[in-house]
Amino acid sequence: MNRASQQGDHKSAIHINNITKIFSDMDRPALDQINASIRCGIMTGLVGPDGAGKTTLLRLMAGLLLPTKGTIEVMGFNTITNSERLHAITGYMPQKFGLYEDLTVIENLDLYADLHDLKEKDKKSTFERMLKFTSLTPFTHRLAGNLSGGMKQKLGLACSLLGRPKILLLDEPSVGVDPLSRRELRKMVLELIQQGMSVVWSTSYLDEADKCHEVLLLNEGKLLFYGSPKELSKRVEGRVFQIDVPLKKRRSLLKEFLNREDIRDGVIQGSKVRLVGAPSFQLEPQDSKWQLVTPKFEDAFVDFLGGGPGGSSMLAEKMPSKKANTIPPIQAEHLTKRFGNFTAANNISFTVQRGEIFGLLGPNGAGKSTIFKMLCGLLQPTEGKALVSGLDLKRSTSKARTKIGYMAQKFSLYGDLSVQENLNFFSGVYGLIGHEREKKIDQMVTVFDLFPYLDSNAGLLPLGYKQRLALACSVMHEPDVLFLDEPTSGVDPLTRREFWSHINGMVEKGVTIMVTTHFMEEAEYCDRISLIYKGINIAIGSPDYIKASASTKKIPDPTLEDAFITLIEKIDSQETRRDH
Amino acid sequence: MRIKKFKKTWYRIKALIIKEILAVWRDKKSRFMLIAPPLVQLIILSHAATLEVLNISLGVNNQDNGWYSHELIQRINGSPYFKYVYEFHNPEDMHSAIDTQKVLIAIQFQSNFSRLIAANQPAQLQIVLDGRKSNASQIVMGYLNLILQDFNVEILKNQGVVVPEPIDIEFRSFFNPNIDYLYFTIPSLVAILSMLLALMVTAMSVSRERENGTFDQLLVSPLQPWQILIGKMVPALVISIAESTLLMIIALFLFDVPFTGSLILLYSSMIIFLLSIVGIGLFISSISHTQQQSILGTFVFVTPTILLSGYATPIENMPLWLQPFTNLLPIKHFFIIIKGIFLKNISATDVWLHTWPMALIALFTLSLAGFMFKRRLG
Amino acid sequence: MRGFSFRRFFAYFKKEGKQILRDPSTFQIAFILPLLMIFIFAYGVSLDAKNIPLGLLLEDTSPTARSLENAFLSTEYFKVTTSYNRKDLINNLTNGHLRGIVTVPLNFSKNLLRGDPAPLQILLDGSEPNTAHFVLNYAQGVIKNWNIQQATAGNPSLNLPINPEQRIWFNPSLKSRDVLLPGSIAIIMSLIGTLLTALVVAREWERGTMEAIMSTQIRISEMFLGKLLPYFLLGLASMTLCVTFSVTLFAVPFRGSYLILLLSTSIFLLAALGLGLLISSTTRNQFVASQISIMLGFLPAFILSGFIFEINSLPWIIQGLTYLLPPRYFVTILQSSFLSGTIWELILPNLFFMLLMALILLGISSKKIVKRLD
Repeated sequence: MNRASQQGDHKSAIHINNITKIFSDMDRPALDQINASIRCGIMTGLVGPDGAGKTTLLRLMAGLLLPTKGTIEVMGFNTITNSERLHAITGYMPQKFGLYEDLTVIENLDLYADLHDLKEKDKKSTFERMLKFTSLTPFTHRLAGNLSGGMKQKLGLACSLLGRPKILLLDEPSVGVDPLSRRELRKMVLELIQQGMSVVWSTSYLDEADKCHEVLLLNEGKLLFYGSPKELSKRVEGRVFQIDVPLKKRRSLLKEFLNREDIRDGVIQGSKVRLVGAPSFQLEPQDSKWQLVTPKFEDAFVDFLGGGPGGSSMLAEKMPSKKANTIPPIQAEHLTKRFGNFTAANNISFTVQRGEIFGLLGPNGAGKSTIFKMLCGLLQPTEGKALVSGLDLKRSTSKARTKIGYMAQKFSLYGDLSVQENLNFFSGVYGLIGHEREKKIDQMVTVFDLFPYLDSNAGLLPLGYKQRLALACSVMHEPDVLFLDEPTSGVDPLTRREFWSHINGMVEKGVTIMVTTHFMEEAEYCDRISLIYKGINIAIGSPDYIKASASTKKIPDPTLEDAFITLIEKIDSQETRRDH
Repeated sequence: MRIKKFKKTWYRIKALIIKEILAVWRDKKSRFMLIAPPLVQLIILSHAATLEVLNISLGVNNQDNGWYSHELIQRINGSPYFKYVYEFHNPEDMHSAIDTQKVLIAIQFQSNFSRLIAANQPAQLQIVLDGRKSNASQIVMGYLNLILQDFNVEILKNQGVVVPEPIDIEFRSFFNPNIDYLYFTIPSLVAILSMLLALMVTAMSVSRERENGTFDQLLVSPLQPWQILIGKMVPALVISIAESTLLMIIALFLFDVPFTGSLILLYSSMIIFLLSIVGIGLFISSISHTQQQSILGTFVFVTPTILLSGYATPIENMPLWLQPFTNLLPIKHFFIIIKGIFLKNISATDVWLHTWPMALIALFTLSLAGFMFKRRLG
Repeated sequence: MRGFSFRRFFAYFKKEGKQILRDPSTFQIAFILPLLMIFIFAYGVSLDAKNIPLGLLLEDTSPTARSLENAFLSTEYFKVTTSYNRKDLINNLTNGHLRGIVTVPLNFSKNLLRGDPAPLQILLDGSEPNTAHFVLNYAQGVIKNWNIQQATAGNPSLNLPINPEQRIWFNPSLKSRDVLLPGSIAIIMSLIGTLLTALVVAREWERGTMEAIMSTQIRISEMFLGKLLPYFLLGLASMTLCVTFSVTLFAVPFRGSYLILLLSTSIFLLAALGLGLLISSTTRNQFVASQISIMLGFLPAFILSGFIFEINSLPWIIQGLTYLLPPRYFVTILQSSFLSGTIWELILPNLFFMLLMALILLGISSKKIVKRLD
């Protein structure tokens, strides 16, 4: 393990000395003998799958938890014995941003400025700077509860910066936030680092980890790797490939690849498949289409944790194929929704074909969740119609809804019911009866390996299992259409891969998927994407088409995230021009 | 085909009902909160919430020391209501005992008290009461007057005055021969505690689902709004009925409260009563955004309801113009029914007389809740 | 308090104050519910029994019996229905239209004149013990009084040997409103102090703001005071509203010192707030917090405070319990402050015990709150 502090040119910002943390309600330590020295003046990523102990470690660094064993020193201050001095030099942003939703932007700033002992005379200029820095100036007097996710995130950051901290601790700041805001946040943090701040950033988005100077990789409470992300990526150098595949066959091909012994990991990227070979992997001569690419942190991460979950989905295998049908599963006809004067969705029309994965993308507050809600019947459109399998959601609601499966953002299961009880409930509500019901529940338990957890409360399951259960509950009645609202937000890459292997399998059986996401890796799995901005559809097409349409001289081969941002900025600049 | 469809609908609602019951029953802490507080409340409140006045402390300043004053003090002391008699040597001490609430009532004998009576002259007896305890003072004065009246008649007779014989007064208390307060408080508390539970369970059920994000999950399911409403109503009914059954078992076996009427009548009217309460709970739920708002909303409804229900103080004491309004409170009607069935064996007709107003209220509150639901969903 | 920063305290205080002003449910509890209760106590709930429906069964219609009827008709305690039909009256007693029946038997006056026993019977509805007791006492009083008057009426020179001269201090007309309105302040204060505070702290945990606040330089003492003071002030504002309405609109006298009212309310609020903070430090679940607050805050203030129900009439175990709860002390001070003026011998010990409890509760809760998440 590389102890970065020994390199000498940077002194240590946070010294973690043999930290162990045990919670009484957990059967293993949340953190197990962690040692690390986090360097000054850089961005350090804290990565790992769910339940790895990232939040616990951050809270220990912020002096909010008592370590069971060991000590942490932040800039030389012990987090427990010297917590007052510690809090004077650290800024901390918890997962929910720590904002008071019934206070306005400026009131939140004012509160945290006082709590951080910001000098009264500096307040005005600091606030102005912060508001400009976060582009929240136009929203100074808006209640924090009415801000979009991205704006809340920036305000949360601004609040934690008011004490001019030397150390900034951010706990999953980008969960549920759109790529535009995420990119802005990263820019802001890099600026701070240039001014000499040290930042610890915990994340499950590994493209972010790639951009950190150093990362701590945690798994099940143990530190697996500490060093620069490049160093980890290097381990898979020469084993990462991209293959152009026929669009129609990419899902089945991916499945085949993933089931090969010598392939560790694979994901779909538009019309390409990205693969990571096992160390034993040998490129066969006939694989001329395999193109060697530079490894990313995520490739190495999955490899390091022993590879992805394989390609087959037992769920999909057990599912009967949907009968061919000429009626399109989802039709949006001139959907419009107004709240008072505000038009959240304006004249949205599209048709989704059977067995298609259709993605709704867009910045927070752009209207994509409004459209999503109208499509699954949670909101009544002001104008227009939403049809599921040809049935109007306004009229034959009950019948149309039996054809829908729905999985919400935070896996909204009943946390205080057991896994078995959740399965009973959802199968019952969807009208499964008697033998059929028992068979289906048994099947779900087998497919998702839920047996050991049948009697545990759903709320206490590991995140990965929560997601499995949520998926199980939403597909038990074999819906024609599955609605997924940010299905893998905050979920680690391994769990996400497993999730998508089920989805891909189901799509092969003719199930149609409607998905919203902020996560571009996930958007790559879609057959078509609609990019929503300011209530209108600004682009629709395959991921590759979207990427191509945003190609500029400066970025000839944009990623989906680049394309997303370019297209939105284009709309903004058009509007500014019109205004002038 | 029809039957199959009906069966399917019933299965859907049944799944929801089971889930709702599990949601409050599975968690250890909330299960504890369902059982323990009502039991403790039943035991403490049944003994506490009465207007009876017992264990009275009396202050005496006796400057007389004659036979008559001693005899009167003896008689007062012998009454079951008075417990403590404090002697004070001067009026100031006696007055300050009233001031500091050491005694509730004080009497003062002038030095010539016995002499005057012996001489067939009227003697004054000063009585001081603490008006800060208006109810107790009023009742104590009643007790004391009865003792004085009997004593007066006896003195007159001893003086040879022809007085009518003291009239024998027999009393018979129907339904509760010893006028035991528990006969009143226990059935009333069964009604109050089951009302509270039904309210809390329904008021919080929707706002909790909203805070946890599971409400959307319900809305996209094939369940229709009225089915969701039923699914929320039935569990609250079941839980509250189970609780009142438990409380009634305690009432019958631990407190020996008699049960004279028909169980069927009691349970069927209880269902109507709880339906009207569940409607109110669902209404509070539909206008609350958070659990905090549901809890506080429940309070704003419950406190005035109990005060006006006739439990704490009799409805007859209320001003005439206000009394009709108490008919809008379902619990007022149910009080009459539950006490009637426990103690008086009232007839089905009498039960119906108080059931239809509750049914009407239930119809109103449930449709209001249904309307609010639909409006918030649309 | 070394290093106490007034500024950080004030910032937290200001934040809490704004939240109070913006949440309609706090407003409801602090101002709407008190007004509702004042209204109900002023107009609705009354302990003054008047016009109790009483049946008079006259099987004897002689002038003597008629004069007894008149005795009943002339008191304001009863609303008398005279009838000759026993069955009718008993039916009305059963269905609750009458609370008692006085039966005058057939040969009542004849027996009375002859000097034979002439028993009267009072039938009561035992399902309403409060009223039954009242009817029994007052009907007996009316009958005995009538009996003596029968004697004195024939003999004008005759004087009753003992003449009670009754004086009721502090509240001569025994208006229960004047007692209930001051007492209701205790209920409101315990709702604001205990229930609201417990809920509000639970909310900060649920929304994750507690974590952010704790990572700043704020000290426990600053946070503690910043949380306490706004609800303390809210309580005082609500108390002022209650007192103002009671005194101006409903003419409840206030004879004591406003300073003592302020002082005692403050101490009681501190105890209630201490309890609220203590509850919130043991549970982060709003349902559980509200249930405990009802058990330990609201019900004692209602039932075990002497506010409506006389403490001395309770079984001794429950009486003992009331000494451990602050409401009994506060209700005593409130009722005295309004009606009897400042009586130091009464005020001081009650203040002392309340203060003791406030200190204990605040002490424990301040110990229990640490600036950490575990």
